[in-house]
Amino acid sequence: MGKRTIIPFGPQHPVLPEPVHLDLVLEDEVVVEAIPSIGFIHRGLEKLVEKKEYTEMVYVIERICGICSFGHGWGYCASVEGAMDVEIPERAEYLRTIWHELSRLHSHMLWLGLLADAFAFDSLFMHCWKLRETILDIFEKTTGGRVIFSVCKVGGLRKDIDNETLKEIVDTLKGLKKEIKELTDVFITDTSVKNRLCGVGVLSKQDAIDLSATGPVARGSGLVQDLRLNGPGVYHKLNFEPVVEEGGDCYARCKVRIGEVFQSIDLIEQAVSQIPDGPIDVPVKGNVKGEFAVRLEQPRGEAFYYAKGADSKFLERMRVRTPTNMNIPALVKMLQGCDLADVPILILTIDPCISCTER
Amino acid sequence: MRSYKEQIIEPVAASDLLPTVRNMKAEGYRMLQICATKVSEGFEILYSFDKDHELTNLRVTIPEEEEVQSVTGEYWGAFIYENEMHDLFGIKIVNNELDYGGHFFKVAEPTPWNPKN
Repeated sequence: MGKRTIIPFGPQHPVLPEPVHLDLVLEDEVVVEAIPSIGFIHRGLEKLVEKKEYTEMVYVIERICGICSFGHGWGYCASVEGAMDVEIPERAEYLRTIWHELSRLHSHMLWLGLLADAFAFDSLFMHCWKLRETILDIFEKTTGGRVIFSVCKVGGLRKDIDNETLKEIVDTLKGLKKEIKELTDVFITDTSVKNRLCGVGVLSKQDAIDLSATGPVARGSGLVQDLRLNGPGVYHKLNFEPVVEEGGDCYARCKVRIGEVFQSIDLIEQAVSQIPDGPIDVPVKGNVKGEFAVRLEQPRGEAFYYAKGADSKFLERMRVRTPTNMNIPALVKMLQGCDLADVPILILTIDPCISCTER
Repeated sequence: MRSYKEQIIEPVAASDLLPTVRNMKAEGYRMLQICATKVSEGFEILYSFDKDHELTNLRVTIPEEEEVQSVTGEYWGAFIYENEMHDLFGIKIVNNELDYGGHFFKVAEPTPWNPKN
């Protein structure tokens, strides 16, 4: 056994856009144990339900994270709608699905860029983010915002997208698809990229189950776990299969996200071809009485939303559990046995969002 | 597949929690989350599990001073939620396999969700 050394990794580190800390216990240059610490940016957003009415709280929940903002708004609204037994119009469900898939698209393109940046492939990084701009332009055109949209509300949506604009979005994505294909082929085939990803940070299928891994981390280890199969939205009306890879390594997690980029484009095309005309919201009055838990497949994995009301305009409890919460135990497992040089890339492959985790 | 709209929240006595969780682990359930709510009787703790995309919740209600057994022996990843409940609510968790001793969250005041402590 070599001499053991403990290296503090984070909370500030070039590869981490947000603060998380790991104590890495090393033997020579191999990690034998990793002890995580979070809590540096805990904001207590859930507790704001005591001061914000349930209709106002959606603005707070959307600000949990700048990447999955729309999904958080949707998850919150779906949980309150469930507790109040509110059914939203079908057009609103379609539009929520379309905006959510656009969010997945931009999140995965952002992640691919960050990954390229982590292994110093800067031109690849910039191309990824250049293509992502097109998605942000769609957000700006349809919602007025590029990060926070504020289109979801309890009872439906605040904004509609007219059918002509929906067709334009599909045409834009068709053009984008070719460019994304050229770009993602580099991730899949380039030797220098594969050298950094293949065989690194392997998470077995059994470990993924035992540690409750979620999202592309779970699917990269062969788990068919995708909440779009049983959750809000119109996914049950669309034709899709979860993207699953068996390798369990960084390369497999990368391939899952690449597959999901094209899957999202396909889902948007299907949704636009089916979307019915009609209203986008229903009036919601009264207090929240009851409770409801709902899960949503966010770009990083499964997010959990729980709303409980006690016949008041203020919720008694709002719980948001985000995908990174679930993937931290899996990350600790993956880090065991990896080289110190691979730690930054390995951490990136769970696509950590600490703002989400801390709330 | 049971629709996500059908909610299952089963009350469980604190003394039955560990055997119930152990059975669920053996049946192939994944643990999703644990969260606490401050109620007049003390705390309501919600344990959420998934199997084949179906959600099942267990609810344990305990008086404020009562301890609750850790489930990290069955689901190691639960350490995140148990440390969170300890730091934010002051809930006493016994046998947590990765106990941060109150230093998981950096909070300005102790147990902000239960300020009487």
